[in-house]
Parts: sequence; structure tokens; C-alpha cells
Amino acid sequence: MSAESPISAAVDGQAGPPLLELKDVQMMFGGVMALRGVNHRVIAGRINSVIGPNGAGKTTLFNCISGLLKPTEGGVYLDGERIDGLPPHRIAQMGVSRTFQHVALFKHMTVLENVMVGRHPRTRSGFLAAGFRFPGMRREEGLIREEALSHLEFVGMGDLADIPAGSLPLGKQKILEIARALATGPKLVLLDEPAGGLNMKETEELGELIQRVCGKGVTVLLVEHDMNLVMDISHHILVLYFGEPLTEGPPSEVKANPAVIRAYLGESLTDPPAASSK
Amino acid sequence: MQKRDWLIFLAVAVFLAIFPFIAARISAISHYIDIMVFAGIFSIVSLGLCMLMGYAGQVSMAQAAFFGIGAYTSGILTSHFHWHPLPAIPIGCLLSAAVAWLVGVPALRLKGHYLAMATLGFGEIVHIVLNQEVEWTGGPSGLVDIPSLKILGVRISSEEAWYYIVWTAALCTLIFCFNVLRSRVGRALRAIHEEETAADAMGVPTARFKLQVFVLSAVLAAIAGSFYTHYVTFLNPGTFDLMWSIRFVLMVMLGGVQSLWGAVLGTVLLTFIGNEWLRVFADFDILVYGAILLLVALFLPDGLVSIFPKGRSASGNV
Amino acid sequence: MDFGAGWVQYLFSGLTTGAIYALVAIGYNIIYNVTEVINFAQGEFVMLGGLMAVFFVGTLHFPIPAAFVCAVLTVSCVGLAMDRFVLSRARNKSVLSLIIITIAVSILLKGAAMFEWGKDPYTLPPFTQGEPITIFGAALQLQALWVLGIVALVVVLLSIFFHRSMYGKAMLACADNPRAARLSGIPVRQMVLLSFLLSAGIGAAAGAVITPISLMEYDRGALLGLKGFGAAALGGLGQFFGALAAGLFLGLAESFCAGYLSSGYKDAVALLLLLMVLFFKPEGLFGSREAAKLKRF
Repeated sequence: MSAESPISAAVDGQAGPPLLELKDVQMMFGGVMALRGVNHRVIAGRINSVIGPNGAGKTTLFNCISGLLKPTEGGVYLDGERIDGLPPHRIAQMGVSRTFQHVALFKHMTVLENVMVGRHPRTRSGFLAAGFRFPGMRREEGLIREEALSHLEFVGMGDLADIPAGSLPLGKQKILEIARALATGPKLVLLDEPAGGLNMKETEELGELIQRVCGKGVTVLLVEHDMNLVMDISHHILVLYFGEPLTEGPPSEVKANPAVIRAYLGESLTDPPAASSK
Repeated sequence: MQKRDWLIFLAVAVFLAIFPFIAARISAISHYIDIMVFAGIFSIVSLGLCMLMGYAGQVSMAQAAFFGIGAYTSGILTSHFHWHPLPAIPIGCLLSAAVAWLVGVPALRLKGHYLAMATLGFGEIVHIVLNQEVEWTGGPSGLVDIPSLKILGVRISSEEAWYYIVWTAALCTLIFCFNVLRSRVGRALRAIHEEETAADAMGVPTARFKLQVFVLSAVLAAIAGSFYTHYVTFLNPGTFDLMWSIRFVLMVMLGGVQSLWGAVLGTVLLTFIGNEWLRVFADFDILVYGAILLLVALFLPDGLVSIFPKGRSASGNV
Repeated sequence: MDFGAGWVQYLFSGLTTGAIYALVAIGYNIIYNVTEVINFAQGEFVMLGGLMAVFFVGTLHFPIPAAFVCAVLTVSCVGLAMDRFVLSRARNKSVLSLIIITIAVSILLKGAAMFEWGKDPYTLPPFTQGEPITIFGAALQLQALWVLGIVALVVVLLSIFFHRSMYGKAMLACADNPRAARLSGIPVRQMVLLSFLLSAGIGAAAGAVITPISLMEYDRGALLGLKGFGAAALGGLGQFFGALAAGLFLGLAESFCAGYLSSGYKDAVALLLLLMVLFFKPEGLFGSREAAKLKRF
């Protein structure tokens, strides 16, 4: 994975090996088909977005990738290895992390502790080591703290380390979720509507942050309603419509695609978020 | 442990160390030493339950059963088989851990009401077994002829000696639990309690940690059970029934379910309530327990520690 | 008694106790359906029903039918009070505190019963005097017929109530979607109260009708509650006919185990079944897996 990912790589559709591959993914809830025939390759080192009207199956797709749901049919492959059906914590350990559409922070823990939980899959001391404070555990604990702090600083929240996560304003909570996700040391991070509820300035900062995350070599898969943000920062966009892929390609192509415009039923793709989200 | 906790710890340790000297000099409270031995034993149980319930967020209405497994293992090994009491203690822990593991694997997949019912049912089954296996447990008439604890050939019989042994064990347990909480493991447990899905997605194997903390609580209960056995040298299934499981829950809730100090405080208070202040009520003490439980659940959900001002530590409770 | 008669005898006693478990299970279901709360004091309603009937017959010398009705009404009021004065004050708290609160209420009811009646078991005269009926060499007490009759009556009345009356339908709507129910003008608060009233009353009826057969004492509630919950879980929480079938099944399993295996472990049978259901099929035999996922367990 190159540290900088030139936009040009994104423009030419299939460059590079797929980090994540979805093969004919299908998800049924009772009799409702939430996802159908989703084939998609996520190329490493880029910002990939998934858009679509409400109910298009975007969050369901994330849940299938991160292991919260097991697809009814089809397969999800990370670096060629099949991951669907594995428990979420195994998938996290293999390098897929995520944020949640409805913020799911550990509200009563401090900001720093939240990020420290993120270090879990990369550390190992257990009950006995912790209870008796073995030297190895103490060294590891110091490292966890250091790394967590550096992730907090990366997202610009180093000064908020010691306050309870639940007392942060929503915008900061969304950012904290990203820091926590990064702490797990992911190859791929899934961001589920990170701009939801953010104001213009916050959204702008978020866009920069996502680009910096990508610059670190972490591949991003983004679900977002804010079309300006998506069009500005994405290298590649997948459009879902009622659970099925409608089209995919670089932002310029997707924006111009008549089928996409129809799918949004007149919702202009360049309107501010107030108009296009919900 | 953080600075504030170390200060409290030091104060508590000093108080506990000199308490027997004070109590022995005032005849009105000289029997408090005996009550404090029980409080120390029960504290070990409630510390484990506090980790399980307060931090990992899993309900157990079966602590009396694990307490009983430890107690009866020690009792049977030393009375029927004339074992030395010390090696019997780890056997009780192992058995309790094994049972907790077997029950925990399926039970901890349940949540809330169902988990409470499952542990309740399990506890009641253990109680029935203790009553029915008369040949081993003595059944309802009890198990007798249990020797007192012997360490390095010295028989521990005085209340003071017991007091110091039990409270040393309880304080060691307390430090152990504090250490666990202020570590990767403790954070994982609290994360599970707050947002299980998010914890899982962040790489915390939630099922494994829930099981481990359940087993830990069972082992602590078993250790306490062994102490209890050798202190009272007589066992009766009545000490290991549903009411006692509820009592352990009450001890933790009374002090503050999210605080290890609260667990100890609640345990000491409730032991005094049960053994001293409620004697006049005789059998009707369950009315008082019910009332306390109800009042705490309705009006003081964070327990007595929530009355005290919190320290500056942002986590507030670790 | 030959083997055949023994078999029939166990069948009779199993059906009788099973019917009681079914009533307890139905009590759980009514409250659960409206509030999603599992009321750990459900077993105490049965105990109270039995002892209240004893009080009305023994102390006040009421005739049996009047005593039965009065016992049911009194305990219904206890159920109502439990919701009105205790649970409603903590409705928005966590599942853990709801569990603790209903357990606390159950301890208080048990303690109050001990305070009033002491620790001795009490009995009632059977509802109708007469010799037991002999069927295949086994004796069927007339009281057992009363038990089965009352269970059948409760089940029939409840189905009519839930499927024909406005109130019943409104209650089911609360269970389905409380918010929508409130928006469509259903007084959810009243429905919750009604559910506690009904469920306590049904528990009391079970207690009063079983007392002539199995006696009643202050500490019977917990075990009856657990076994009744076993029936509710086995039948699928919220399912009335499931509860009926599972209750009878549990009673039969217990009775045959007591007869052929070990009478000391008969209580453990229902509890083991409860654990098996919770561990391996928490949605129950008649509940749907899809719906179970949405519930809070």
C-alpha cells in the first residue's frame, strides 16, 4: 500500500489488487431482500464510497462486511481470505474496523479509554497478567496508552483525553469513533455516515481527516448522505439502489449517470446536505 | 489503582488492622470481630459479583451456588476423606470454575431477564442437589465434623486469627480486581457492558470475556466458601439457597454496583444488619431485606457510594 | 397398585400440577406481552392466592366460591398496587433494576405471608365433596377436575378477551408496538395496570384451586414461579397456547420422574428443562426465531 494514493489510480477503475471483494452478496430479512447480487471490489489505498437513497442497503452492507450480519448468500473476501460468517472481533483482528451510524461509544469511559479499547486486538494480556500486574502487562499498558494518545492527536482531540466520551458534542463523538476505529490498526476502515449531524465546518474538517486517514495507507469505505463530501473526497463510488448495485465509477461519471439521477428522484446530487440527506 | 484509591485503601487497611484491638476492649462490641470475619468472607464473593454485574453487566442469581460448591468441596474432602484443608481449597475452586464454565457457555449468550432466570434455575438445582445427596452432604441435617483451618501445622481457631486471614484475603482480592479493572481486560469488560456490539467490532471477543469474568466470580465465591466451611465447621444447605444469592446481589447493589469499594461497604453493612441489628426480627428479616432491596433499586440505583463525592479520576469509578 | 394404574395415576397428578404451571406461565405472558418485563414475583401471586383463600374460608368462614372470588380479587389488587406504586416509579430504568425490583417485591410478599401465616402449610377443603373417581384403577380427585376446569375456563376467557373485546385487542397492540399504540389513542398506562391485575388474578386462581390438593405455605412462590417460567419459555414467551401445552408437559415430566426415577429430584426436572430451553432454544417450541431476535434476551 503506497502512503500516497494518486487520484489517477482511482480513475482507472480496477488498478491494484482488491483489498476487499464482495462476491454476489445477498441478504434477506424474513422475506425482505435487503441486498441482492452485490459484486464489488474495494481497491487498497483509496477512498471508496457507497451511496444510495435511504433503504438502499448501505448499512446492511457494512454489517455484512464487519461480521455483525452473515450474508444469506455470497462471500466476503479480505485479501483473498473469506471472512463472512466470522465473528466481528475476528474480522477486526484481521484488519477491518468501523464506525457506527448511530454513535456507539462507551459513553461512561473517558475519551482516551475509548481509544484504548480500540487497541484490544493488537494486545494480549489477560486476567492473570492484569490482576497481578506482570511486568509484560505493565509495559503493554504503557504502550496502549501512548498509541491511543497518538491516535487521539491524529484526529485532533489530544486535549480531550480525560473527559467522559458521553459528554462530548455529537461532532466530536463522531470523530472519536474514527480514532477508536483507527486504533485497532485496520487495513480497511468502514465509516457509516460520519457527517450525519455535523455542521458545514465540521464536515469540511471531517473530509480532511478522512483524506489524512487514507494518506496513512488505510483504505476507506464510506457510506455518506452528504453528496458534496462524497464527491469531493471519493476516488471511487458504488451506487446501491434497493439492495442492488446500480452503477460504480469515479465521482465525475457517477454524477453524470442518468440512472443515478433518476434513482435519487430529482434530489440534486450537488445540493447541500440538508436537501439530500433524508 | 489510582492515588485516591490507594489512600482509601491505606486508611481502610489501618482501620481493619486496629479494629480487633479496639473491639476486644469494649465488651459491647467484642463480638463484632466474629461478624467482621463473615463480612470479610462475603466480601470476597461480592467483589467477584461486582466485577461480573457492575462492570461486565451480566446478572448472576447463582453466587450462593458457587459459594456452596466451594464450601461443600472443602467440607466433604476434609470430613469424609480427611484431607488437609489447604489443598482442598484449590480443588473447590477448580470444581466451581469447571461448573461455571459449563453453565456459562450457554447461559451468557442470554441477556437480562433470561440470564437472571437461567442462573436462578441453576442455583436452585445446586440447592436441590445439596439437599438430596445425603450420603455426601448430610442433606438437610447438615455436614458436620469439619476440621478448622491449619496453616503450617498451626490450627487456626481464634477469631482474631481468622479475622486477619480473611481480611488479608479480601484486600488481596480487592487489589487484584482493581488491577484487572485498570487494564486492557477491565476496559474490555466495561466496553461490553456499555455497547456490546461496538466492543465486538473493536476486536473484543465478548463471549470469551463474559465467560472469563463469570468463572472468576465463581472461583472467588468458591474460595470464600472454603473459608466459610472451616470457620463455622458446619454446613447446611440453607446457606446456599436462592435467598443467599439475592443477599449477595443486595450487598453489591447496596454499596454501589459500579464500585469495588461499594461492594465491600455494602457487604459489611449487610452482614451487620443480618447478624446484629436485625436479630430482633428473627425470621422476619426477609421483610427488611426486601425493603432495602426495593428502596435501593428505586431510589439509590448507584448505591451508597454515589452519596460520596467522586474523585478527580475521570473514569469516576475505577 | 399395578404398573398400569401407576401410570394413569402419574398422568392425573402430572396434568393437575401442569395445569398450575400453565396458569403461572400465562401470568408471565400477559405482563410480558404488554411491558416486556418478566415479573419475578409471579409465583408469589399463586402463594398469596392460596393463602388468601385459606384466610377467607378459615378465618372469615366464607363459603368456598365466595372465598375463591375474594382471594382472586384481593391478589389482583396486590398486582395492581405492585405496578401502580412500585414498578411504574422505575419504568425507565435498566433491565437489571427491573429484575431487582420484581425480586424485591417477591421477597416482600413472601415475608408478609410468613408474618401473617407463619411457616406452616395450610389446606383448604376441596371445592366439592365426594369420593375420587376411579379410572383404570387410578384415583382422580374431584379437586383435580376443578383445577383442569378452571385452567380451561381461563384459557377460553382469555382468548375471547384478546380476540373479541376492544380492551384485549388494545392490549395486544401495546405489546406489538407501544408507541404506535399510544399514538392511536390506546391508554398504554391503563393497559399495563390491567395486565398486572389480570396476571395476579390468574395466579391467585391457580393458588386457590391447587391448595386443597397440595397445601400452600409462604415459601412456595419462588419454585412455582421458576417452573411456571420454564413453561412460559418452553412454550415461547408471549404464546398462550404454547404456555398451556408446555405447562402440561412440564407437569407430566415432573410427575413421571417422581414416579419412576427419584422423588427427591422431581423439582430439578422442571428446572433442568428450563435450563435446556434457555440454553438451546430460547425462543421456545412455539415462538418464532425471528421475533425472538427482536426481544430483549
